[in-house]
Amino acid sequence: MDDPVRAMARSVFPSPLASRYLVLPVDHVDTDQIMPARFLTAVGKDGFGTCLFHDWRYNAAGDPRADCVLNRPDAAGAVILVSGENFGCGSSREHAAWALVQFGFRAVICPSFADIFRQNALQNGLLPVVVPGDFHHRLVEWARNDPEARLTVDLTARTVIAPDGQVMSFSLDSFNQIRLLEGIDEIQFILRHGAEIEAFENGEPGCGVPVVYPPDPMSVF
Amino acid sequence: MSVPRTLYRKIWDTHVVVQPPEAPAILYIDRHYVHEVTSPQAFAGLRRRGLGMRRPDRTVATADHSVPTGPLDGPTDPQAAAQVAALETNCRRHGITCFGPGHPRQGIVHVIGPELGLTLPGMTVVCGDSHTATHGAFGALAFGIGTSEVEQVLATQCLLQRPSKTCRVMIAGRRRCGVTAKDLVLALVAALGTGGGTGYVLEYAGAAVRALSMEERMTVCNMSIEAGARAGLVAPDDSTFQYLCGRPHAPQGKAWEAAVAAWRRLPSDPEAVYDRTVSLDADVVEPMITFGTTPAMGMPITGTIPDPDGVSDADIRRSLKKALDYMGLPAGRPLLGHPVDAVFIGSCTNGRFEDLAAAAAVFRGRRVASGVRALVVPGSRAVKRAAEAAGLDRVFRAAGAEWREPGCSMCLAMNGDRVPPGAWCVSTSNRNFEGRQGSGSRTLLAGPPAAAAAAVTGVVTDPRIFLEA
Repeated sequence: MDDPVRAMARSVFPSPLASRYLVLPVDHVDTDQIMPARFLTAVGKDGFGTCLFHDWRYNAAGDPRADCVLNRPDAAGAVILVSGENFGCGSSREHAAWALVQFGFRAVICPSFADIFRQNALQNGLLPVVVPGDFHHRLVEWARNDPEARLTVDLTARTVIAPDGQVMSFSLDSFNQIRLLEGIDEIQFILRHGAEIEAFENGEPGCGVPVVYPPDPMSVF
Repeated sequence: MSVPRTLYRKIWDTHVVVQPPEAPAILYIDRHYVHEVTSPQAFAGLRRRGLGMRRPDRTVATADHSVPTGPLDGPTDPQAAAQVAALETNCRRHGITCFGPGHPRQGIVHVIGPELGLTLPGMTVVCGDSHTATHGAFGALAFGIGTSEVEQVLATQCLLQRPSKTCRVMIAGRRRCGVTAKDLVLALVAALGTGGGTGYVLEYAGAAVRALSMEERMTVCNMSIEAGARAGLVAPDDSTFQYLCGRPHAPQGKAWEAAVAAWRRLPSDPEAVYDRTVSLDADVVEPMITFGTTPAMGMPITGTIPDPDGVSDADIRRSLKKALDYMGLPAGRPLLGHPVDAVFIGSCTNGRFEDLAAAAAVFRGRRVASGVRALVVPGSRAVKRAAEAAGLDRVFRAAGAEWREPGCSMCLAMNGDRVPPGAWCVSTSNRNFEGRQGSGSRTLLAGPPAAAAAAVTGVVTDPRIFLEA
């Protein structure tokens, strides 16, 4: 591929994606739960999957909690997580998205997401899917009755297919859809507009000059 | 006649570099703050791509999240120290101004930016930290970003962004005696819910907002994200200009005059349309405290902990029950008089001079109750110097509180300052999530006077009993 916007991009999203799913029926799951702050002193991106939901997965002695869905023996085969509203609220730490991906998740289905987490997920090929509350409730109930129940997320059609075949569409802007399906590297995408950025910085008329440019910090320190 | 615009829209319009078809806008970023926790992977990304930084001169770094707040020559966690060292190395490599541990300008990123005049009205400001909303107090569009976006800004000084919806938050009336800015925003977050502001930029307006000092405005804007809003704004006014005038990075002389003239055109036009408006009456807000595990689970400090059995919505009932189980608090009972093990005064929400002065007013002539550990952590070295010049450190020490070095400290407990499992901490920070202040910690969010009142009595206490007549 010659186009750096495509060549630099991360792996593409499988569509359709069919899988068993895990349910974490909690609203307002914050990023401190997904990735506790004490693990954030790492300077790399790897190794966060084992710390995912650490304090919900392990007791104080470090043993796995039997009541945590992520500790089920078959958890590793499920690449879709269903959780409650406002998923990913709180801190902007992208480590939360890295951990979910490293654990093996490719999609999270919730009634709503926090803004920064949603962005971080999309940056990492983790698809945030918003579904209506009643459909979400049914997904939760299905999994309760049948842990083997499977879902299909079809990113191409922007639909979720429930275990009984019911099809629910979800919204995702076409830029992000293409970004996930085909791979768009955002930095390369922006750099393609380098001339416009330079013109903006030079304050050419019509380029939307900021009201006031800040002073140059290096001249003061 | 041009279309009336909101403050948000004016900043947005002046920062769109280009609007590519079918894509988000490319938005120019005037100021990028960097700290040690969310940046190393972004710098590594640049290296991997073989890219340099576009505008190191628009970027300022500091070490705050993982720095120890004990004596400067005290022990440090090796991994945290390595993270700070990585920040310093990355900044040296790219020519970024960096305030490392011990630097006279070091401090919490959202405290030092404003105090140095690095955040100015009308700017776009980002940082890999959700409390970047703080800088909106100056009428700057400021929001938190993830590490991938940090990398984007390092490389291009731009972000791909779609415009947010706007919500005007009208806070009318006058705060009653003993009610702080923290109480206002805790009341607002309780009313909106932790996801109530998702997708919106909040613009705080109304008489009670105009009456706030700049430090108080920062406290309010800081917690916009606790209602889900990425950014909160206050239109710049004379208070803003007075605060900024003479700050090291604020424009000087003729440039200052020109800047103020431009800034006066920033406030929303009278006929500007918002997507939504919510109202709060400052007259009825009381000192607040949280009882649960989201910042929205708050109530007047004199109130009664809600009973899940009285809640009709099954989801809310379940959330509330889970929260109270974790917190070990009795439903249907008052919080006043409940024992407290720790008190934390500090953070980007309440770690500024006025916050420390308000806490000191309660500590003065009193002692921290036995069995309570009280930490006072200034938000920056400048705050520390100002507090010491005013003798506040002597008040804290005389009371038996710990007076520490600046940093994020016990707000997120990644530097070793931790609340023990099961212990209750009245904290002036911004989040009471499970384990936020250490595994098993139980956080009660409140303003500085309420935190200090809990420290000296050893129980949850209405701070108004300590108000001087």
